[in-house]
Amino acid sequence: MASTTPTQMDTAPPVVSGARSTGRAGDKIFSGLSKGSGILLLTIMASIAVFLTYRATLALSENEGNFLTTFDWNATGNPPVFGIAVLLYGTVVSSIIAMVIAVPIAVGIALFISHYAPRKLAGPLAYVVDLLAAVPSIVYGIWGALFLVPYLGGLTSWLNQYLSFTYIFDKTQVGVDRSLFTVGILLAIMILPIVTSVSREVFLQVPRMNEEAALALGATRWEVIRMSVLPFGRSGVISASMLGLGRALGETMAVATVLSPSFLISGHLLDPGGGTFAQNIAAKFDEANEFGRDALIASGLVLFLLTLLVNGAARMIIARRKEYSGANA
Amino acid sequence: MAKRIDVSGLSAFYGTHKAIDDISMTVEPRSVTAFIGPSGCGKSTFLRTLNRMHEVTPGGRVEGKVMLDDENLYGQGVDPVAVRRTVGMVFQRPNPFPTMSIFDNVAAGLRLNGSYKKSELNDVVERSLKGANLWNEVKDRLNKPGSGLSGGQQQRLCIARAIAVEPQVLLMDEPCSALDPISTLAIEDLIGELKERFTIVIVTHNMQQAARVSDRTAFFNLAAVGQPGKLVEIDDTDRIFSNPSVQATEDYISGRFG
Repeated sequence: MASTTPTQMDTAPPVVSGARSTGRAGDKIFSGLSKGSGILLLTIMASIAVFLTYRATLALSENEGNFLTTFDWNATGNPPVFGIAVLLYGTVVSSIIAMVIAVPIAVGIALFISHYAPRKLAGPLAYVVDLLAAVPSIVYGIWGALFLVPYLGGLTSWLNQYLSFTYIFDKTQVGVDRSLFTVGILLAIMILPIVTSVSREVFLQVPRMNEEAALALGATRWEVIRMSVLPFGRSGVISASMLGLGRALGETMAVATVLSPSFLISGHLLDPGGGTFAQNIAAKFDEANEFGRDALIASGLVLFLLTLLVNGAARMIIARRKEYSGANA
Repeated sequence: MAKRIDVSGLSAFYGTHKAIDDISMTVEPRSVTAFIGPSGCGKSTFLRTLNRMHEVTPGGRVEGKVMLDDENLYGQGVDPVAVRRTVGMVFQRPNPFPTMSIFDNVAAGLRLNGSYKKSELNDVVERSLKGANLWNEVKDRLNKPGSGLSGGQQQRLCIARAIAVEPQVLLMDEPCSALDPISTLAIEDLIGELKERFTIVIVTHNMQQAARVSDRTAFFNLAAVGQPGKLVEIDDTDRIFSNPSVQATEDYISGRFG
């Protein structure tokens, strides 16, 4: 080629080899940055896990009680006896209460903003809900202690009076409402904004043609939501709930302010007492010695695993119906 | 089963913008009527006024009358939801419910209208899929998601879904524009069969298609961009394509347009 057309080669500008790509350096920097961030994240996660595990084993090897079943936390005693049973129970139960209350309300608010409210109302409403997320948790805690606890008496005595046959609403101890139920309500209010705003975003992304398909069959507004919007938004709502659940599981200050901690497990949700992982760590960390802190770290490790487990379960739920999700339409 | 549509003095608006102006026409039962015309002439908008889908667009508003036999679709106290159960629609892009199986897609309209026994649903789903010439292709995988089908199959699934509720009228908004020629042919054959039972109105950009499938053709046009679209003429398809009475129609179908 080159020998037959030397003149052309000289005059015509080289097209492929000589073409200068201005983005080459940028490409490299960006790919390095994103790769680095990914590696950094994994390294941090691994370091946390290693740190927690190492410190936790130090404490667990000295523990005289059964770590899983002991209803006590006396890590500074001699011999040290501590277990997570109460904390695990309290964390899971208060988070379940929070989810049961918050998720339906959040989905309702999100649907109202995305599909029912007039546009003039939807914007400000969405803004106010997002603002709720910016309130520091200690403020929720103070509000919970000063307002929710004293004024919840009416609701709890009503529940006790009419629903005590359900066992969980049977209040066996007289006392203020510093119970897991109160904590659950407070956590519900705290996770409401995140669940609402993520759900709202998902509902707004439902393709117009999916909704028109239902409309053209003669679906009412609610039927359109049931046939097109909710199925499409399902995995998004699950993700949103998991974000909320993550916050509920790890919430510290608000729980510590409202709950009157005790190392008892009670199926009567209205009874005061109980504890959560984060609340217990916050309450005991300052006065704990080195060993006591290791014990608390062991409980933190369990919370870490619990969160991993919950997220994994959520991913499985989403993946199981992947071929039916709106994403491949 | 099939009813006559009688439109008089119909105008449609998006907010303050008038999209179509003062349209009157009659659509005969058990026939195919095609709407042709340049982009933006309002033929899709007009189609969507026939089942009151136009007003779900924010700012959408309609003036005038659409009589379905002797009932005004825009009369006082007429529920648009009820109208859409009577006047079915197939869209430009196939839009089966992505989260539903093939069976559930077809049964969706029936389930809206009330509760049915499983055996009744089975019958209707089979009949509708056969009616849409899709039964043989999907009978072994009715529980698989509808979104797993090819584009042409999805569109026939949407037709099955629309005819499952036995509408009086079937509106089709460019039903083949997203499909390959073989799927297009399948849909066109299907339209020929469906007109035995339904009143069919089809919007198309493809003039050969209008000539192939329709009995009557309506030509829409607009004076200029931003002006409302108007009905230029409606006549038997043979006449529109051989000897239209308006010069603009002849210019459009012979390609001497714009």
